[in-house]
Amino acid sequence: MSNAHHRFAPIQRFLHWLMAACIIAMLFIGVGMVSTVAPTYLPLILIHKTLGVTLLVLVLIRLALRLHYGAPPLPEDLPPAIRLGARLSHLALYGLMIVMPLLGLGMLWAAAYPVVLYGGIEIPAVLPQSDRAHTLLWSAHFYLGFAFFAIVLLHLAAALFHALVRRDGVFGTMALFTLRNRTTPSE
Amino acid sequence: MKQSGNLPRSGFGSLVLIAAVLGGGAAAFAYTAGWLSPGRLTPERMIAALAPPGGAPLGHRRNHAKGICFTGAFEANGNGAELSRARIFERGKYLAVGRFNLGTTDPNAVDATARVRGLGLQITAADGEEWRMALINPPFFAVSTPQAFHDLLIASGQKDPEAMKAFIQSNPEFAAFAAWAKTAPWTESYAQDAYHGLNSFIFTDARGGERTVRWSLLPAAPAVPISQAELERRGPDFLEQEITERIRTDGPQRWTMVTTVAGPGDPTADPSKAWPEGRRTVQVGTLVVQRIEQERDGPCRDINFDPTVLPKGIRVSDDPFPAARSSVYRKSYDLRAAEAGSYPRTEVAKP
Repeated sequence: MSNAHHRFAPIQRFLHWLMAACIIAMLFIGVGMVSTVAPTYLPLILIHKTLGVTLLVLVLIRLALRLHYGAPPLPEDLPPAIRLGARLSHLALYGLMIVMPLLGLGMLWAAAYPVVLYGGIEIPAVLPQSDRAHTLLWSAHFYLGFAFFAIVLLHLAAALFHALVRRDGVFGTMALFTLRNRTTPSE
Repeated sequence: MKQSGNLPRSGFGSLVLIAAVLGGGAAAFAYTAGWLSPGRLTPERMIAALAPPGGAPLGHRRNHAKGICFTGAFEANGNGAELSRARIFERGKYLAVGRFNLGTTDPNAVDATARVRGLGLQITAADGEEWRMALINPPFFAVSTPQAFHDLLIASGQKDPEAMKAFIQSNPEFAAFAAWAKTAPWTESYAQDAYHGLNSFIFTDARGGERTVRWSLLPAAPAVPISQAELERRGPDFLEQEITERIRTDGPQRWTMVTTVAGPGDPTADPSKAWPEGRRTVQVGTLVVQRIEQERDGPCRDINFDPTVLPKGIRVSDDPFPAARSSVYRKSYDLRAAEAGSYPRTEVAKP
């Protein structure tokens, strides 16, 4: 547990990067599939649904790991505004990771579409068909998708800022392989 | 943001790199979303092309907007099991919900103005698995590709007569459809029309064998030809009144579902090309339409007859239309669900 003060646990780091790749793929597949009538539309939809449900399972595991292992503390000298921004953006990322698949499933159920994943796995509907619910869920899924991408970009910018500009070791806490020597900004 | 003068020397370069990563990411995203490709055929563009000059019919399907619901059964005779392992082909009786409709974007169109008639159908297997389809009465489709269908909508909506001429020149397959539209007899009833799936799909049998097939619903009621003028005389909503009355007095109406198996080299990717005569056909069952209900409160209203909702044992082929239809129907559904207030049910919707 003492290592937890400097880095995330290996399983946390692994899940972070796995999910990062999948989420970025999901966001691109999402905007791509709704803007085409080409035959790729169908495989893209299938991947989007399958990966979405997979990510829902993964984020629940990840949340449990986070509650168990916790997170390394941020550097002492990080300005309070940035500290608050970090906390809020991570809350938003967790919230979106949990909510987006649920909204996606909900909007399909509310439109009475069978939810069939790769391999023919069918997720039974827990919502009845409803114009109002579908419209609400669809709009939330659609617009929050763009918000999700914006926050992912912000997260990426912050990560690079920590890694390249501040060099305060924050990036190293989540880095998968190489871990540079921790350099303090006040050296 | 700037720390007290302790940015490393590479600080500026790092900031440029960060900006480049963000800019590149955003640009790739915009490209994927089609924002940088105005020429891409999106479902929005297809729906815009469908919209009549007076505007889209709010709350209604964006095409085949006029229709009436039916309920009934699909009675599988078991013959389909040799072609596909879909449960729906096992001998038995399965719930069917559907919709007779007209190929028009106007929900109040006069029946005699709609050359194309259609039938949307959802069959539900015993375990709840669904098969949805939307069929039309011409024996082949008007054009070869979704792009050509979009171009047809644009050309036929223009006042300039040269537009259609130019369209036909670049899409010669349309001539066969134009000939059908001009010469094929009209009938006096939805019950007298044959409805064709037109798109090809792949059936997988229990041993994994695959065949590319198309299917049709052939009516039991003999066709009574009628002129377009006579149909017009009978009234703007004659077909809905007729099918309601027919089922009330004559009882359920039937169609035989016939699947046709493609031969080697048949054009499976082009629904504008009929397959040659003499291809193997298998009668797989009978659609029995037992009851008619007005669409406004009817059970078909909320169904998107997306032809890619298929049971295990049936999947899409190299025909590009089912994917395009799925994409556009979904957009149409999203729109009409959001506009449900413009087409209110007469009763309060069930909770």
